[in-house]
Amino acid sequence: MRETIAAIATGLTESGIGIVRISGSESYEIISRIFRTKSGKNIDLGESHRVHYGFIHNVSRETSGEKEDEIIDEVLVINMKAPRSYTGEDTIEIDCHGGVLMMKKIYEAVLEAGARPAEPGEFTKRAFLNGRIDLSQAEAVIDIINAKNNRALKASVSQLKGNISEKIRSFRNLLLEDTAYIEAALDDPEHISLEGFSEKLDADTDKILEATKKLIDSSENGKLIREGIDTVILGKPNAGKSSLLNVLIGEERAIVTDIAGTTRDTLEAGFNLSGITLNITDTAGIRDTEDKVEKIGIERALKAASEADLIIYVADSSVDLDESDIRIIDFINANDKKTIVLLNKSDLEPKIDENKLSSMLKRDAVILPLSAKLAVGIERLEKTIVDMFYSGDINYNDEIFLTSERQKAALINALNALKNVRSSLEAGMSEDFFTIDLMQAYEEFGYVIGEEVGEDLVDEIFSKFCMGK
Amino acid sequence: MEKIAKKREHITEYADVVVVGAGHAGCEAALACGRLGFKTVVFTVSVDSIALMPCNPNIGGSSKGHLVCELDALGGEMGKCIDRTFIQSKMLNKSKGPAVHSLRAQADKQDYIAEMRKTLENTENIRIKQAEITELITEKREDGSRIIRGVRTGSGAEYMASKVILCTGVYLKARCIYGEVSEYTGPNGLRAANFLTQSLIENDISVRRFKTGTPARVDGRTIDYDEMEEQKGDEFIRPFSFTNEPEDVMRDQASCWLTYTNERTHEIIRENIDRSPLFSGEIVGTGPRYCPSIEDKVVKFPDKERHQIFVEPEGYYTNEMYLSGMSSSLPEDVQLQMVRTMPGFSHAEIVRHAYAIEYDCIDATQLKNSLEFKNIEGLYAAGQINGSSGYEEAAVQGLMAGINASLSLKGREALVIDRSEGYIGVLIDDLVTKETQEPYRMMTSRAEYRLLLRQDNADLRLTEKGHEVGLIDDERYSQLLLKKKLIEEEIRRLENTVAGCNERINSFLIKSGSAPLKEGSGVSYTELIKRPELNYELIGEIDDERKELPWRVREQVNIEIKYKGYIERQRQQVEHFKKLERKKIPSDIVYEELKGLRIEAVQKLSRIRPENIGQAGRISGVSPADISVLLVHLEQMKKNRHTV
Repeated sequence: MRETIAAIATGLTESGIGIVRISGSESYEIISRIFRTKSGKNIDLGESHRVHYGFIHNVSRETSGEKEDEIIDEVLVINMKAPRSYTGEDTIEIDCHGGVLMMKKIYEAVLEAGARPAEPGEFTKRAFLNGRIDLSQAEAVIDIINAKNNRALKASVSQLKGNISEKIRSFRNLLLEDTAYIEAALDDPEHISLEGFSEKLDADTDKILEATKKLIDSSENGKLIREGIDTVILGKPNAGKSSLLNVLIGEERAIVTDIAGTTRDTLEAGFNLSGITLNITDTAGIRDTEDKVEKIGIERALKAASEADLIIYVADSSVDLDESDIRIIDFINANDKKTIVLLNKSDLEPKIDENKLSSMLKRDAVILPLSAKLAVGIERLEKTIVDMFYSGDINYNDEIFLTSERQKAALINALNALKNVRSSLEAGMSEDFFTIDLMQAYEEFGYVIGEEVGEDLVDEIFSKFCMGK
Repeated sequence: MEKIAKKREHITEYADVVVVGAGHAGCEAALACGRLGFKTVVFTVSVDSIALMPCNPNIGGSSKGHLVCELDALGGEMGKCIDRTFIQSKMLNKSKGPAVHSLRAQADKQDYIAEMRKTLENTENIRIKQAEITELITEKREDGSRIIRGVRTGSGAEYMASKVILCTGVYLKARCIYGEVSEYTGPNGLRAANFLTQSLIENDISVRRFKTGTPARVDGRTIDYDEMEEQKGDEFIRPFSFTNEPEDVMRDQASCWLTYTNERTHEIIRENIDRSPLFSGEIVGTGPRYCPSIEDKVVKFPDKERHQIFVEPEGYYTNEMYLSGMSSSLPEDVQLQMVRTMPGFSHAEIVRHAYAIEYDCIDATQLKNSLEFKNIEGLYAAGQINGSSGYEEAAVQGLMAGINASLSLKGREALVIDRSEGYIGVLIDDLVTKETQEPYRMMTSRAEYRLLLRQDNADLRLTEKGHEVGLIDDERYSQLLLKKKLIEEEIRRLENTVAGCNERINSFLIKSGSAPLKEGSGVSYTELIKRPELNYELIGEIDDERKELPWRVREQVNIEIKYKGYIERQRQQVEHFKKLERKKIPSDIVYEELKGLRIEAVQKLSRIRPENIGQAGRISGVSPADISVLLVHLEQMKKNRHTV
């Protein structure tokens, strides 16, 4: 169990200085592995609370073993011996240049050297548990844990790119199936035989192992997680959703026509807004339709909206509200989502009264006038979105990056467990030896996609195998 | 039977412990208490049904064999009793790793009952009473909790005791169902206990209804054995009890037989499925998924062309044969039709029909890990009443409840086996923590640290605890210490013995299909033993310094060396597990007042009231963040207590 944790202590923004903090019994060894002085010497940690000047190097990763020893950054390192530190444990602080990229690289080097990513609020929790924080602050500690955890949970569950969670889910299914088969056979050896099963397991393990390696490699380019706020544009047909999307991203992504119902499927695009990434989904218009293809599109639209972080509802202010609008308004009121309502076509004669619309909507919905066609009101929309996500202490992109690191660590653990299965197979061990590692991999994958293990194995055994007296 | 008014004159007697029920749990509970010196009265609705085996005629099997070995290591009786009375013995999973080797013995049912009854009758301090217990006598305290004072029988007699252990098995409001027919009786037509449930409810114990079933028994004279495959016992018989040697238990063995269902059998089942109470909704109890009835199997696995049926003798005293795999609650006429479709059974006559049985049991999350009720001091529950199934599961709970009632009488702390110490720990922890929704059966996949929890080392894990409790005598304990010493010494010797590259060693290695050593290199004997194609016994040929050691010592040496890497890894996992297990949660904690816990967690934690952080984390619906929050609060409470 690696109990030494690390985190980026400063916000992930472009600033002068960044701090990466390490805490736990292995902190000193970890910094020794990656720090060299200007003359190439090891760090001298004899005395506590000293400042050391030198360089962070990239140590070779165990999994690939191919990286060269390269200098990442020029840094100042402060070492604090337990219990004289924030957490009460041996602690290292690395002061580096504050670029986002630089901090990420140093942080990753620390993880590769043996620390694990801190859980949400874990530094504070340790500080408290080690008696470094005053008793009166206990509640604040709990708030931090909960707030961070909620955000991390959200990030881990919803931000994984669709095909990645599908992929991991398929690994898990396969692992569970194989393990259940073995376990069922062990529990009921007279009814279920394991003859020849090693070969299937061999192939399955190989397949998952290779795919996991690829996932880990791709995560280094930040591809594991889609960073950003999932935004869905809703509106009845021809209200101007696609025009809005085109104005926002400045390219002709959506097909814009004057015939209602042109956008039959959902379209996605991502763009950056003052440091926040928006992933925008343009959906089919909501209206009662007999057209089968369009019906599916509408269902997708509402489903996408129910999973989004932000809903932008485009209402056509040049015509009266109709049943389709009511359906959207009902949906908005029934879901706990941040919502912006755009009264589009402000360049035409208004038919909808803003006050009336406001009285129909839940209180925190923001209503803005807009003309997507003339690109009027776009700046105000952008400012509203930015305010929405910077007010409250939501520092969304940080949490996503950190979550991504935790997920990567879980993937590496899964990989190692699979390697253990591999070597057990090679050593000709009997099947009962590797189910432990198979389940370990299963659990780690579950961590990546935010699923608990619970009674999965026992349930799988009972549902797939005919056991019993 | 009508309940008799309480006002009448009645007997009042006093004991230290009352055990309600004399099945596998009740027998072990009573024996533990009696042997530890406490006056114990054990009640049964029928003295003839003591230690009855109303279902399968065997003890042990996958993971259940582990339970029996652990029970024996702690000083229980089941292992010794089956060693005396088995008629066939078999080690399951022999080709697999040592952790999943599982011993199973066919019992002579009559013999087993007689032996256990004799043991019970002749143990000092134990009195057997035939009577139905209809009521608990408890006292309510100011804080709302209760304390047990004794029990009342159906005839109004009172037995006052400071500890009561409920081992009611499947008898509470038992109902047996055969197709469209049902009757309110326990197994084999034995009287059900129809009143105690009400008393449990009045004492705020929440009650559930479970169901299980048993297959038909066929007259052995009407079976054609030539048409089936014979299943013989093992040549080398390993005893269950660590007090027995293989030569002590050598005997001629009976055979079991294997036959199969076929398409015709399944057709009959499908045609009559609407007459099954399980499918018509007549049975409401929750049945076990691991022990499905034959109709369940046919419906759930329609692609399976045949199901194996093991035909097992019920003992030498009878011709009855048990049809393992054919549990059913279809009506009698359908049962006969389907049995007769199987090879060997075309003229078969059924002696007892298969039936399903429904019974009341408790929600075991009301218990502590010691099996004492959280809210009723001195009341314990063990066995099927806790929602488990199986003789072995019942027996180990009975033993633990008996031990803990006795320790409490002595003013000592309860003995709790944790999940890293034994299957017993896994079983009880699951029962009291996880809210099982069906009768719970032990399985090896439920044990996280199973490489450490083997049958073969049950004594090394638990006999010391049995000695501390007082159920293992000094002689057996000193033998254990000697065994430990011999194992350690032999491993150390092998680590320090180096095989050099020479003619003799290499020709041995080549002969054994192992790579010869290179010029000038040497390896320790432990390294050689680790090679997949070698083991401790084989190495004997080149190991001149070897002393003669008991077989159980040799076995441990081999396993400890061969699987060292795996065992070490599991030990590390256990370390981590223990850390959380050691963080105790005060019993007076009020979860509703803890800020930051999610509502679901508050509800689950308040109801189940886990004893430590590790256990809290195993409750479904309690997230890692809830555990962090809980840790912070615990720390805060600890500091507050220090400052007050």
